[in-house]
Amino acid sequence: MDDYTLPELREPVEIPEINTGAMAHSQPFVAAPKHQLALGFPGELVDDWHDKAIAKFGELLESQRALKVYMDACVKCGACADKCHYFLGTGDPKNMPVARQDLMRKIYRRYFTWAGKWFPWLVGAKDLTRDVLDEWYSYFHQCSQCRRCSVYCPYGIDTAEFSMAAREIMDHVGMGQKYCNEIIGKVHDIGNNLGLPEKALGATLEDLEEDLEDDTGVAVRLPLDEKGADILLITPSADFFAEPHVDGLMGYAKVFHQAGVSWTLSSQASEAANFAMFIGSHDQMGKIAERIKDAAMELGVKRIIVGECGHAWRVAYNFWDTLVGPFDFLDPAYPIPQHICEFTFDLIQKGELTFDKSANDHMTLTFHDSCNVSRASRMGDIPGGQFKIPREIIKACCNNYVDMATDTIHENTFCCGGGGGLLTDDLIELRAKGASPRMGAYEQVVKHHGVTHLAAICAICKTQFSKVMPMYGFAMDDIVGVHQLVNNALILDGLGE
Amino acid sequence: MDYTVNDQTINADEEGYITDISTWSIDLAGTIAETENIDMGDDHWEVVNFLRDYYEEYQIAPAVRVLTKAVKKSLGPEKGNSKYLYELFPYGPAKQACKIAGLPKPTGCV
Repeated sequence: MDDYTLPELREPVEIPEINTGAMAHSQPFVAAPKHQLALGFPGELVDDWHDKAIAKFGELLESQRALKVYMDACVKCGACADKCHYFLGTGDPKNMPVARQDLMRKIYRRYFTWAGKWFPWLVGAKDLTRDVLDEWYSYFHQCSQCRRCSVYCPYGIDTAEFSMAAREIMDHVGMGQKYCNEIIGKVHDIGNNLGLPEKALGATLEDLEEDLEDDTGVAVRLPLDEKGADILLITPSADFFAEPHVDGLMGYAKVFHQAGVSWTLSSQASEAANFAMFIGSHDQMGKIAERIKDAAMELGVKRIIVGECGHAWRVAYNFWDTLVGPFDFLDPAYPIPQHICEFTFDLIQKGELTFDKSANDHMTLTFHDSCNVSRASRMGDIPGGQFKIPREIIKACCNNYVDMATDTIHENTFCCGGGGGLLTDDLIELRAKGASPRMGAYEQVVKHHGVTHLAAICAICKTQFSKVMPMYGFAMDDIVGVHQLVNNALILDGLGE
Repeated sequence: MDYTVNDQTINADEEGYITDISTWSIDLAGTIAETENIDMGDDHWEVVNFLRDYYEEYQIAPAVRVLTKAVKKSLGPEKGNSKYLYELFPYGPAKQACKIAGLPKPTGCV
């Protein structure tokens, strides 16, 4: 561990002592010129960055009505102040959502309101200086865009919209973040965040097919680029690479096998994630979404199903239609798009899946609601389906399940600490501290209800927890995927085929 | 964060991954391992060599699962698990071993 101390775990969480400037040093690596230029942003901070930033800010206020309303609506009631996991984990007052918003609001007032132009000292309006820009870079990369604060705000002000807009402005003046922008470049060049070329993807899938057959005696397939398949599965590339993600991928494959549907992955769209949302770039978000639509059309599929990825589901569910729609070439009899959990849950309800629940008896599970699924989208055809469906799948394939405290689940869920483009080693202190509210709630169910494992449906959550759980005294493989549990317990037909 | 090996400067990025894979050498691997506080034994080299061979064919590091399978084959079943790989490379077999092997860092949600 580097030179920082983790907060003590507490549930219910306690408001930490104010520690001014505690995280002022935290900032991610700045994107290299080649990563910036590849996305059409300036390579480095431009000379006239001040004017460019204000111009871009003005554009965003014109084009994004919500942003403009949020700038004006805050009444400083303080309801959000103790709701951010990064504030709770660090005590830095600038990580209070209202303070984070004010970093941008003070500039808004100075340049875009009458009072701020003439009487800045009366309304908290400030000039955009280099110090302010640097502060933006630090603190808008201490927001995981999880939107928990917006649940408690009486006006519904969403700090994620501030941090997305701020990052969009910073990209346009040449001050982008390395982690996100390098990854978006890889999506365009290679097809996925990981940079996994087609040949390697094919070899990985073949290898997994061998493993599946060795384990089960059944030829479960992981098809790639199969034209004429009914279903295109898009999933985070971490599912091809990382632990525990890959076990979930095998779970999806078993469900498709058991459902008897034809499906395929795509080498062109071998990634569900859309990091452009994290940097607030509608332009990039559209381009990344477009290649999935193109792949679906080219393969001639009738349905698109999205694997376990939190923000990909938000982008697909909320933004695809506006960005690159219509998807009228898909079969309207099915949800467009459909979540893998919806697909599996539907089969469970129809009685088409049989589980050997004892395969998961060595675990007692709890479920971590991922932010973008919980607060920014939904599943199924009933309100709250995004909370119910993953839990019902877990309960269908596991005997032991316990929920965490109610103010830490469903729409009140705490972020894992690594969402929103912050899942990078250069922000590990922030990630570790920001995970503490979730870890506190988890520790309670471990102590009092014998919980042994935390299940999630997001690649970021899985990676983040496997990294930070050992820091809090848990094991790195105490985090599991929901379809990993399905993979463990699903009984397959066709033995010996 | 550059390295100096045999009086030569080898360029690396902020996190210590070398920027040009062709500048890698066995001596450089030793130097990188030192900065990572890793004492390279035979098993470490087995992993590093496998990563380099895999990269040469596929232009990317192997999935952790593929790596554990390969280690199982060459070093035996008791070592063919991710726990052992994390003992060898505490910061993660994918990231830390890649750094020593001179390969680019795997990116994304990994």
